[in-house]
Amino acid sequence: SDKVHVSFTVNGEAVDVLVDPRELLIHTLRERLRLTGAHIGCETSHCGACTVDLDGASVKSCTVLTVQCQGAELITVEGLAGPDGLHPLQAAFVQEHGLQCGYCTPGMLVRGWRLLQDNPDPSEAEIRFEMAGNLCRCTGYQNIVRSVRRAARELRGEPVAEG
Amino acid sequence: TAEDLARSEKLGGVGCRRKRTEDARFIQGRGHYVDDIQRPGMLFGDFVRSPHAHARIKAIHKDKALALPGVHAVLTAEDLAPLNLHWMPTLAGDKQMVLADGKVCFQNQEVAMVVADDRYIAADAIDLVEVEYEPLPALVDPHQSMAEDAPVIRDDLQGQDEGAHGKRVHHNHIFTWEVGEKDATDRVFDEAEVTVREQMLYPRVHPCPLETCGCVADFDKVRGELTVHLTSQAPHVVRTVFSQLSGIPESKVHINAPDIGGGFGNKVGVYPGYVVATVASIVLGRPVKWIEDRIENLSTTAFARDYHMTGELAATKDGKILGLRAHVLADHGAFDACADPSKWPAGFFNICTGSYDIRTAYARVDGVYTNKAPGGVAYRCSFRVTEACYLIERMIDVLAVKLGMDKAEIRLKNFIRPEQFPYPSALGWEYDSGDYHTALKKVMEACDYEGLRREQQEKWEQHGELMGIGLCTFTEIVGAGPTRNCDILGVGMFDSAEIRVHPTGSIIARMGTKTQGQGHETTYGQIIATELGLPADNIIIEEGNTDTAPYGLGTYGSRSTPVAGAATAQAARKIRDKAKKIAAHLMEVSEDDLEWTGEGFQVKGVPDQVTDMPTIAWAAYNNVPEGMEPGLEAVEYYDPPNMTYPFGAYLCVLDIDRYTGETKIRRFYALDDCGTRINPMIIEGQVHGGLTEAFGVAMGQELPYDAQGNILGASLMDYFVPTMMEAPSWETDYTVTPSPHHPIGAKGVGESSHVGGIPCFSNAINDAFTRFGITHVDMPHNAYRVWRTLHELGLDRRP
Repeated sequence: SDKVHVSFTVNGEAVDVLVDPRELLIHTLRERLRLTGAHIGCETSHCGACTVDLDGASVKSCTVLTVQCQGAELITVEGLAGPDGLHPLQAAFVQEHGLQCGYCTPGMLVRGWRLLQDNPDPSEAEIRFEMAGNLCRCTGYQNIVRSVRRAARELRGEPVAEG
Repeated sequence: TAEDLARSEKLGGVGCRRKRTEDARFIQGRGHYVDDIQRPGMLFGDFVRSPHAHARIKAIHKDKALALPGVHAVLTAEDLAPLNLHWMPTLAGDKQMVLADGKVCFQNQEVAMVVADDRYIAADAIDLVEVEYEPLPALVDPHQSMAEDAPVIRDDLQGQDEGAHGKRVHHNHIFTWEVGEKDATDRVFDEAEVTVREQMLYPRVHPCPLETCGCVADFDKVRGELTVHLTSQAPHVVRTVFSQLSGIPESKVHINAPDIGGGFGNKVGVYPGYVVATVASIVLGRPVKWIEDRIENLSTTAFARDYHMTGELAATKDGKILGLRAHVLADHGAFDACADPSKWPAGFFNICTGSYDIRTAYARVDGVYTNKAPGGVAYRCSFRVTEACYLIERMIDVLAVKLGMDKAEIRLKNFIRPEQFPYPSALGWEYDSGDYHTALKKVMEACDYEGLRREQQEKWEQHGELMGIGLCTFTEIVGAGPTRNCDILGVGMFDSAEIRVHPTGSIIARMGTKTQGQGHETTYGQIIATELGLPADNIIIEEGNTDTAPYGLGTYGSRSTPVAGAATAQAARKIRDKAKKIAAHLMEVSEDDLEWTGEGFQVKGVPDQVTDMPTIAWAAYNNVPEGMEPGLEAVEYYDPPNMTYPFGAYLCVLDIDRYTGETKIRRFYALDDCGTRINPMIIEGQVHGGLTEAFGVAMGQELPYDAQGNILGASLMDYFVPTMMEAPSWETDYTVTPSPHHPIGAKGVGESSHVGGIPCFSNAINDAFTRFGITHVDMPHNAYRVWRTLHELGLDRRP
């Protein structure tokens, strides 16, 4: 067959898949690896619901072929929580009501997670610019911005008022 | 009281900003949406779609597709016809092709379904299906629909001069719906000192939920039972329809709406994808998944609006409105699949007298067919209230301009006064409660309205800069509805709740609605917590599984709080009544001696003689009064006596760049009054989302068709979904005017911000042009179109 062996790590675990060269990473994650947190919201690479972290960068996994991921390190929403529980960004989305239907949420979280590593103290304008690759239909974004700012404060060790 | 508030915080009850129970699974990727479902042996179905807007189908060649390894079936109308499933009934009382039956009537219409091992092979096979078409002239302009020589779109209706909503006078005429007193209204207009008239288009847009429509159909041949997991806002209605269509008894049809990635009215009706996937599963005996892509979603599922409206107001010279006349040409596409209560083909458009005491009115809506996708009611419209609100709020501004009156002043002058409620409107609704003056004045003060008007004047006179101030003071009508006049395909529009208290005081409760992100799993628990004095954290709320949840009509029209919210409170009160009897038994006192403490019962005037609800729950399973059924549970099917009528006062300030037409929203202030507020945090989130949609609709969204019937802009390449960069910041506020007829005084609110937001944005744009004699420009107010207005006025030339 024309299938290709691809090896990479997802959330720290080594995986091995056999895929057609045309298979999109989002489908490999969702259908083969059963990591169904990342979602599909469009076919023109706009919505960012499929955002995962690939070798230290936020990528839209509907726009990456799985065969391009040989040797890559991937992180998905399922890998954000650590042994001590939720990542502060996940907790902040709950506290600030940064989600409703939850469909954009995995992509938002993975993107916000990378943003806060690149820029631990982003302004509101920076958050809005840096997360503009992620569409949301429910929240009007305001509480997502608040969530990211709250998590940033939390991660910097600053006091955060109870929401 | 302070004590009630403290208890509410402790229990997670009504009024507190309770964090959502839904969130835990969604933030960890553990939601359960339709496309997450995998079943053993599951196949994937997808559609061959029409490239033509209007054409006869001469032949469909399946051979090459069927020869492709991994392809199991290619279904066409011929395969569905023996089951009489090549057409299906719609909520509007019309019928719609499931697969093209001899012709296609809109571009991207479903022609054949390919069923294959997976979606990649299905996509390949679709390309191999060859369809021979004979193009026909396309009809896209609704104003030409009823021309004598207009193309016949619906050959199947030939000779039928009676439709589901009365006489049809032309082959493309769907219905004419009238309400109000025509002659009296005409007289008011003939005699009035001042009349104004304006034509306006509410453009075709789309709700575009981030998750598209889809399903997994799974027919079990051994048991003769059908399970369908699908993106449905009204799963019980789907079960009834599927049973009627398939002949399978309802008890053997298991419809399940799992987590839904947003609905916004897009997921109310039944789409061909659900039907064909189900047929394919029945034929092949294997599960079949169908998941549409974004372009298919935007171009073939329920659109919103497309009302071509003429509004008229009659008034005295000093601005007292005497009459309203409205004519609408409604473009419904090729099949009337407009989701409405069956007696209301134009929805609740007759709320178009708005927040104003207008004694005489008449409205008429004519629906027509065109070569476009079906739909109409969707996208937080509350059954055409968006259109009604846009009409009256634009007309109020038009009248103010004509009279030289301030746009706030004319509203304050004509508002229905608080003491007039319950208020019977000229077009037949009885508004439950309202205090519009207080709301508008609060907003004007918060935003310094007078100061803004001065600034607007100065900006133009001193700097030549354009600023617009938009006002919208709307009245919503939500909570359909009383079964005497509201039904969906014959099922009265009640809703339901079933609450079961376990021996240890935790609760499982289910409702007949279906959340798509509105937080029902959190907020219904809050209602029960307050009614029963048990902590919300131990209350599980479920919806969507028709085997387990009580029958309900679903979630749309902001009806969940008014109807199932009421049912929840009423069911809880039945439980509390029984609990009181048990408490009296336990305490060996008369029921009459007991009073509710918020968490149990105490003997009147004796605070230390108390029994709490967990104690009562335990007793319900082992120590009930003689003759009483054991257990502690109740069901309520709630038939609302009326709708609820939330209202709001919105203000928008924007600045327009004269040279580019680009608009910057400087401020948007939204006051909503939805009566008793169950969870302020969740209401605010609903408002933010609805306002962002309103911004999208007013400022950029549209789904145009060209003269050949090609749908344009139906992908995220063009369809304007704001990102964080474009979306304005929102300020929210509230007043509380409870609904007197609702068990907890709560009104719906989910759609208010969309309904009220759009005219507010549009009024702000139009307000910026008032001084140049412009009364109305159509949406969307994107940069190009605003620039065109600037250009026509010569304002875009640099000095």
